[in-house]
Amino acid sequence: MAEELFTVTEAPIPVEDLVKKVERPEAGAITTFIGTVREWTKGKRTEYLEYQAYVPMAVKKLAEIGDEIAEKWPDVKTAITHRIGRLEISDIAVVIAVSSPHRKAAYEANEYAIERIKQIVPIWKKEHWEDGETWIGDQLETTSYPKGKPNIEEERKR
Amino acid sequence: MITVLFFAELQEQAGKPQLELELGETTVRELKERLESTLKITGLNRTMTAVNEEYALDSDAVKTGDTVAFIPPVSGG
Repeated sequence: MAEELFTVTEAPIPVEDLVKKVERPEAGAITTFIGTVREWTKGKRTEYLEYQAYVPMAVKKLAEIGDEIAEKWPDVKTAITHRIGRLEISDIAVVIAVSSPHRKAAYEANEYAIERIKQIVPIWKKEHWEDGETWIGDQLETTSYPKGKPNIEEERKR
Repeated sequence: MITVLFFAELQEQAGKPQLELELGETTVRELKERLESTLKITGLNRTMTAVNEEYALDSDAVKTGDTVAFIPPVSGG
């Protein structure tokens, strides 16, 4: 059975599972990124988060990030799982595991993956603060996004 | 029939996650204008759009059988 390297789930993410997915004899390094729910953001207290996704497209875009990484760092293997639904403080929202023969590529590709997730993967986070709630957007504060023309032409060239 | 999907803040504004429209061939831009006036939602001109799960431009065509999703700025991770 082929293992799914790019998934969206409502269940807690076991980090070890992602590590196993990218383990292989050629690897000399595995990096993991674990994104967790933060309690305090700029002085505001979060009670819990709610993640929503356009699941089929999100899975497709995660796989696309994997393809981009394979092009930039040909020897790496990547696995990404993002959780959706209600998450409490310190819960794991996303895990990215990257294996490579040498550590540099594993670090670089892993960072690239999280940056791209924040750009192209249709997943949204709703903050439930002590005193209200907000859907969060545009975390990267890129110039393109608020204009509503997020470099689709560029994306198409990728 | 065109299927329209709303997410995050837009879903709350629209009051529903999806709707179906009987429309002939149109464009993303025309669809946005139409929905803004009929559903009283705002900000569609600032959101990304996906047609059949691929990001699309405002000038791209939309035809019957397509699924059009409006994608507010994403905040995963």
